[in-house]
Amino acid sequence: MNIVIVGCGKVGSTLADQLVREGHDVSVIDIDPNAVKKVTNRLDVLGVVGSGSIHNVQVDAGVEDADLFIAVTPSDELNLLCCLMAKKSASCNTIARVRNPDYLSERSFFKERLGLSAIINPEYEAACEISRLFCIPSAIEVDTFAGGKVELLKAALPEDSPIAGKSIMNALGKISGKVLICAVERGDEVIIPTGSFVLRSGDEISFITSRKARETAFKKAGLDAGRIKRIVIVGGGKISFYLVNMLVEYGFKVKIIEKNKERCEFLSSALPSSVVVINGDGTDQQLLYEEGIDKADGFASLTDIDEENIMLSMFMAKSSKAKVVTKINRQNFADIINNLNIGSVIYPKFITAETIVSYARALKNSQGSNVQTLYNIVGDKVEALEFLARSESEVIGVPLSDLELKDNLLICCIGRNGKTIIPNGLTTIEIGDTVVVVTTQKGLNDLRDILK
Amino acid sequence: MNISMIFYILGWVLCTEAGAMLFPCIISVIYSETTGIYYLITLAVCLVTGLAIIFRKPKNTRFYAKEGFAIVALSWIVMSLIGAVPLCISGDIPSFMSALFETVSGFTTTGATNLTDIDALSRTSLFWRSETHWIGGMGVLVLILTLLPIAGGQNIQLMRAESPGPTVDKFKPRLRHTAMILYIIYFIMTVIEIMFLLFGGLSMFDAVTIAFSTAGTGGFTASNAGINAFHSSYIEIVLTVFMILFSVNFSFYYMMLARRFKDALKNSEVWTYLGIILTSGIIISLNIYKMFPSVKDTLRNAFFAVSSIISTTGFCTADFDKWPQLSRLILVLLMFFGACAGSTGGGIKISRIMVMVKSAVSEVRHTIHPKSVNAIKFSGKRVPTETVRNIKSFFIIEMIILAASALVVSLDNFDSTSTVTAVITCMQNVGPGLNAVGPTGNFASFSVLSKIVLIFDMLAGRLEIMPLLVLFSPSAWKKN
Repeated sequence: MNIVIVGCGKVGSTLADQLVREGHDVSVIDIDPNAVKKVTNRLDVLGVVGSGSIHNVQVDAGVEDADLFIAVTPSDELNLLCCLMAKKSASCNTIARVRNPDYLSERSFFKERLGLSAIINPEYEAACEISRLFCIPSAIEVDTFAGGKVELLKAALPEDSPIAGKSIMNALGKISGKVLICAVERGDEVIIPTGSFVLRSGDEISFITSRKARETAFKKAGLDAGRIKRIVIVGGGKISFYLVNMLVEYGFKVKIIEKNKERCEFLSSALPSSVVVINGDGTDQQLLYEEGIDKADGFASLTDIDEENIMLSMFMAKSSKAKVVTKINRQNFADIINNLNIGSVIYPKFITAETIVSYARALKNSQGSNVQTLYNIVGDKVEALEFLARSESEVIGVPLSDLELKDNLLICCIGRNGKTIIPNGLTTIEIGDTVVVVTTQKGLNDLRDILK
Repeated sequence: MNISMIFYILGWVLCTEAGAMLFPCIISVIYSETTGIYYLITLAVCLVTGLAIIFRKPKNTRFYAKEGFAIVALSWIVMSLIGAVPLCISGDIPSFMSALFETVSGFTTTGATNLTDIDALSRTSLFWRSETHWIGGMGVLVLILTLLPIAGGQNIQLMRAESPGPTVDKFKPRLRHTAMILYIIYFIMTVIEIMFLLFGGLSMFDAVTIAFSTAGTGGFTASNAGINAFHSSYIEIVLTVFMILFSVNFSFYYMMLARRFKDALKNSEVWTYLGIILTSGIIISLNIYKMFPSVKDTLRNAFFAVSSIISTTGFCTADFDKWPQLSRLILVLLMFFGACAGSTGGGIKISRIMVMVKSAVSEVRHTIHPKSVNAIKFSGKRVPTETVRNIKSFFIIEMIILAASALVVSLDNFDSTSTVTAVITCMQNVGPGLNAVGPTGNFASFSVLSKIVLIFDMLAGRLEIMPLLVLFSPSAWKKN
C-alpha cells in the first residue's frame, strides 16, 4: 500500500519503520527539515519538508495514489485538517491522532460526518490498557483476541512458583488443554518454547488462555495476586483523567495526587465525586504515607517525567505488594527499563503506533492480506497475529504436527464457530477459522506465510 | 565498517559487470572477431568470483554513510580494473596502464583517450569503450539498486554517494522505484537518439556507440575522425540537442512525465543552464564568425562546442583550440560549470555554482547591511545552511585536488595551458582540453605517474570526491 504519514516525531518515525518493514511504500511529511532527514537517512521512505495541511505538499508526498493517510503531528486540529484535505483530494483512508479530551465525545462525528477512518487517542488507548491491568493484577500485559474471548497475558514467574523448574508439558497439568505458553523472556533472550522447555523463576511468560481458565492458570503458577480495591495514581494528566473514569466505573476506589493546583481543581470538578484528588508532590514520601500508600493495592505513576515515574514505581514495588504500573514516554532505553523492578510498563507512543499498524494491516486485509489483529508482545521482538483462514490453501485440513512451520513460530489458538480451541498436534485448521500465531518473524501477511 | 557487506555488494558489482561484458561478446560474434574470446574469459572469471561472494549473504546487512561511500568508491575502482583487463589481454591496448586510463575515462564518462590510433581497435573493444560510458553515466550501483532489493533502508547512502549533485531527489517512496524510473528515462532517451542517428544515415554500430557516448555524456567515438567522419550537419545538430538533453536534471523529465508541469518549470537550474548555453554560444559565435564561411556554420560549430563542453561530453567538430582567446577561455570556464545535478553530466554542477554565487552576493549584502539576514533560495525553496557549507567545502577540496594534480602532472614538462587544462578536463569529466590535449591531441604522451593522477582525478570528479576521500581516510576504517 502507499501510505503518507504527517509528522516525524517519535510516533511518526516508529510508524514509518514498522510500515516499511511490512512492505508498504511510505512517504513522510514534516515541517522540520532535520526531522525529515533523520527518518530518510534511516529508512527507505520519501521525505517531504513542508506543512502537511498544504495541498501541494501532500501531492509531493504522493497523496493522490495513497491508500492510507496518517496524521500524527502534535496538534489535533492540524491532524484533522490534514486528514480532511487528504480525504477530499484523494479519497484515501485517513487516521488522525486526536488527544484533546474535549474531542472524545466527537469521535463518532469525526468518523461518520467528516469521513475519517479512525481516530487515535494515545492517552485513551493507554488508559484502556492500564485499566485492563488493574482488572487482572497478576498480569504484566493484557491483550485480547477474537473479540475479547481470548486473552494474551504476560506474567513474571515469582521465586516460589510451583511450576518453576518444570517443563511446559508437565507444568500445567489438568489445564494444559486450555492454556498455551507462547513466548518466554529470559533476560534479553526471547524464546518461543516447545513442550520440553523448562521454566525458571524470573521468566516472563506470555500465554494464551480463555477468560474462564485464567484464574486457575494464575493459581497454578503461584501468581494469584487477589483482587485490587484501592488505587493511587500520581500525576493528573490526560491518561489519568481517562483512566480514573474507567476505574470508577469498574468500582475501584481511586486517589489522584497532582502537583498543579489548577489541574486539581479541574479534576475534582470533572471527575465523579467518589474520587479523592490530592494537591501535592507525588515524590514526597511523607505525603504518600499520609495518604495511606501502604494500604493501596494498585499504584500508577503517570507524571510527565519518565525519571520520576521510574523512581516512584521502584519505591512502591519495594515497599509494598501493590500492583504497579509505570508510564514511560521515551522508548530508547526499553532494554534497560525492562530489567527494572517497576511493574508493568506502558509506552503510550508505542501503543499509538501499534494501533495504527494494526489498522493498516486490517486495511491491507481487504486488499489481499489476511491479518485481523496484530500485537507486539515482547517489546517489538515478538508479534501475535490473528489470521482469518479464508480460502483453500496448503495449511487447511492438515494436522498441525504435519505442517512444516517456520522456526520460532507457534499456532496459539483457533477460533471456530464462536468457540476457542487451544490446538494440539492433531488439530486441523478449517476454512472460516481465526488463527492466532505467535512469532519472532516479521511481516507475515497471510496464513500461508506460517509455512517454511 | 561492515566489511562483509562491502564485499557482498562488490560481489553484485562483479556480476553486473559480467552481464555488461556479454554485449561486446555478442558484437564479436556479429563481426566475427576473435577479440570476444578475451571478453568471455574475463566475463566468466568475473561471474564466478561474483557468485562465490554473493552466495553467502552477510548476517549483519546494516551499513551507514561511510560504508556507502566506501562501497561506491571501491566498486568504481574494481569495475575499472576489471574493465581494462580484456582491452589489455586482447592486445588492443597492450599496456595495462593505458587500458586502465581508457576504461576509467569510459566509466567516468570523461571521454579522454590516450590512444593515438583508435581505428586500429577491434569493433568489440570499440563497443565496450562506448558501453562503459552508458553504464557510468547513470551509475552501476543505481542499476544494482534497480535490479535487486539488496539493502534495507540504508541503500539511499549508495545512491547519494554515486549520483552527481549536492542532493538526491527521490521521486517515489522506494529508492528502487526511483532508480528504476531514472533508468527507464535513460534507456528510452538513448533509444530515441539511436533512431534519430539511424535516420541520419549512420550504420547501426556507429549509431549505438555514438548514442551511448552522448547518453553518458562521455565523448568516445569509434574512429580517429570522430564526429567529423560523418560529414553531416544533421548529425551535429542531433548530437547538440541530445548532449543538452542528457545533461539536464532527470527530475525535470520525471515531473514532465508525471504531468507536474508547474513543478518542472519551477526548476531554476534547468533555465539557468539553458541560459548559460545560449549566452556563451552567442558570444563565441560573435568571436569566431570570421573563421567560418556562413552564419549557419558559425552558429552550428559554436553551439556544438559549447554544449559538448558544458554537458561534459567532449565531442569535437571544429578545432576550438585554434579559436580566439576569449572563446577558448569561455570553454575552459564552461568545463568548471558542468551540467545540471541529477543528470549524467559531470563538472561542478550548475546548482552548486548558483548556490555559491548567491551566497557570495548575500555575503556582499551582509557587508553593506551588517544586520541583514539573507536566506539563500533555490527553485523557490530555502537552501539549508548545511548544504551551502557542504557546497563551499566541496569547491575548496576540488580546487586543492586540482592544484595538487597539476603540480604532479607538470613533471612531464608540457606547457602550462596543456598541463592545467588536462587536469581540469579529467577532473570535470569533459575529455578534450587545450594545446597538447586539445581536440586534435590526446593523452598518450603523458607519463605513467601523470596517468595515475589523472585516473584519480577522473574518479574523484565522477564520484564528487567524497567517496574516494572516505575510502582513503584511515579513520573510516578504524573499529570505533
